[in-house]
Amino acid sequence: MASPFDALKHLTRARIALGRAGDGLPTQALLDFTLAHALARDAIYGEVDWNELQKALSPLSTIALTSAATDKQTYLRRPDLGRTLADGEAAKLPKGPFDIALVIGDGLSADACMAYAAETAHAVVNTLPDFTFAPIVLAKGARVALSDPIGAALSANLVIMLIGERPGLTTADSLGAYLTFAPRSGRKDSERNCISNIHAHGLTPSLAAQKIAWLAREALRLKLTGVDLKEAAPDGLLAAPTPTKALPNT
Amino acid sequence: MYYADFRHERISFPDLKTLLAHASPQRSGDALAGLAAPDQKTRVLARMALADVPLSDFLSANFVPYESDDVTRLIIDTHDREAFKPVASMTVGAFREFLLADTTHAETLRCLAPGLTPEMVTAVSKLMTNGDLIAGAAKARIVTAFRTTIGLEGRLAARLQPNHPTDDLAAIMAATIDGLAYGSGDAVIGVNPATDNLDNTIQILQMLDTMRDKLAMPVQSCVLSHVTTTLAAIEQGAPVDLVFQSIAGTQKANEGFGVTLAMLREAHEAALSLKRGTVGNHVMYFETGQGAALSANAHHSVDQQTVEARAYAVGRAFNPLLVNTVVGFIGPEYLFDAKEIIRAGLEDHFCGKLLGLPMGVDVCYTNHAEADQNDMDLLAFALANAGVNFLIAVPGADDIMLNYQSLSFHDIVRLRHVLKLKPAPEFETWLARMGLLDAQGRLPADAASAAMQRLIAAQGL
Repeated sequence: MASPFDALKHLTRARIALGRAGDGLPTQALLDFTLAHALARDAIYGEVDWNELQKALSPLSTIALTSAATDKQTYLRRPDLGRTLADGEAAKLPKGPFDIALVIGDGLSADACMAYAAETAHAVVNTLPDFTFAPIVLAKGARVALSDPIGAALSANLVIMLIGERPGLTTADSLGAYLTFAPRSGRKDSERNCISNIHAHGLTPSLAAQKIAWLAREALRLKLTGVDLKEAAPDGLLAAPTPTKALPNT
Repeated sequence: MYYADFRHERISFPDLKTLLAHASPQRSGDALAGLAAPDQKTRVLARMALADVPLSDFLSANFVPYESDDVTRLIIDTHDREAFKPVASMTVGAFREFLLADTTHAETLRCLAPGLTPEMVTAVSKLMTNGDLIAGAAKARIVTAFRTTIGLEGRLAARLQPNHPTDDLAAIMAATIDGLAYGSGDAVIGVNPATDNLDNTIQILQMLDTMRDKLAMPVQSCVLSHVTTTLAAIEQGAPVDLVFQSIAGTQKANEGFGVTLAMLREAHEAALSLKRGTVGNHVMYFETGQGAALSANAHHSVDQQTVEARAYAVGRAFNPLLVNTVVGFIGPEYLFDAKEIIRAGLEDHFCGKLLGLPMGVDVCYTNHAEADQNDMDLLAFALANAGVNFLIAVPGADDIMLNYQSLSFHDIVRLRHVLKLKPAPEFETWLARMGLLDAQGRLPADAASAAMQRLIAAQGL
């Protein structure tokens, strides 16, 4: 006979109806949880294979550089360094001007970058043939706001950052896209637009690219990104909710 | 200027704010803010200097300017000098020994609380070991009530947190039934909405209230929307039990949350006017967390723990039913690893209790922090021993909406069984009636399953 718990299981992906081993989890449920956490940890501590990514982006040209956060521990402790280019890196960038700069950053999930960044980048470039693109920047140790000094150095009107999102237990390889008009250091998060949840069970790279392209065209036409652009978006385009709890976004 | 002499060297600290920051146990947020002690020796020398500071110095110290910060004004203007008298002549070091003394009891602490400021309380906590923080907090007893009575000796309540990424009502209901079957929910059934808007908030409130009614449950529910959303829900006649708001320790940080003291006052009065409580009328629920002020660049160079405790001064002005720190949620740039999260959880609970708050904790971590469920087990047991009013629990410890890990419903059952703690009395009676609690106060082996069947039938799922 089916357990009454099973009647609820189809209603949610939450870990309900797990059963009990005394007051602990049954062994299988315990190991499932532990594995999910292990995958998330590995995604955070994994490294992007930049050579592989460069090949996947071909024939698009690329420039590799690093933030001032040179190792994972520093990256996690010092978000300010992940928003700053390492000394001398800005000199690697051509002085534009360009309509759009596309940056791929490792962020908190190397797995997401390896899985979806190249496909998303190709789709974005192909969907926007009427704009000039800077060489694609591959940024190691990147936070979202690293796209500000990169976009500024390239004299790009708009910068699009594709970056690995913080892994959850259910999805360790989710990619996010952040658009910033007139990038320069010190831009606030409220001045950006975000498309998140690009992964196998979320947005496909091609659907994500359509949304990114709509935002890019509107951003360049209206000369802005952020809250005001979000307000103008058609229903459903930017529907992904932003989870918050107690603390402001950082 | 404060000093500590060591061998032939004199180390000086320009003001109390710097002294407190340098005396703080190591944590990444203070280092990020550039406030941490430069080395371990300085950290301990700062504690030595702090031990000799008279508590009365804290009443004249300038942490955040009185003129420009309404939290400072709240702290100074509501300070009760009469209550402060018994400790007025003590140094911070003597105050630590007073708190730990056998002769200091719950009643001593209850009378003292209005005489203490957040800065005094964090100062003494910086001289305490983790064991001191547990033993000290265990003496305090802060009891509040709405439909359940929370904080009584020998009891541990739990917030049932049935979050869902799209606020799907059936999914929230399923997670709620799961939690109830394990005896969680006596602190509150509290949903963080994925989308903070009025219609959505009202829908979840109505669903939970109908459920409460059908099952004749003595519980309170809460949708943790912004205070302005909840106020609007009250105006529309929605079944609002509690008003929730995230709060922080400076005016500017509260502005970052889009909240003012006046808004909280208005919401408090509105919720009181509904008179929905049955055994008490505490109607406010606050969450806080170390790092919130710094992340809003609103910390005024005050160390992370002290600015957190200032949020408790905001909380206590509104007689809350529940207050909890979301200790590990903020991420490794503020609390790097389990050692820092555990320490911060014990500090926040201790400081909240000393200031008179009905303190609970969300024992939790994110995937980019150096922590795992084993660490949470230890913090949960430490807090339950410290007499924490309530802990937060989610299905299988995995919050699928906020993408972080907290405690599981199982963990609450285990804490109650091992430490012989009972749920809130009104809820205990209900659980017994549902067959979810035996004569020994334990969840029977097959009870969750049988009760689940009844709960599901009652909900028509």
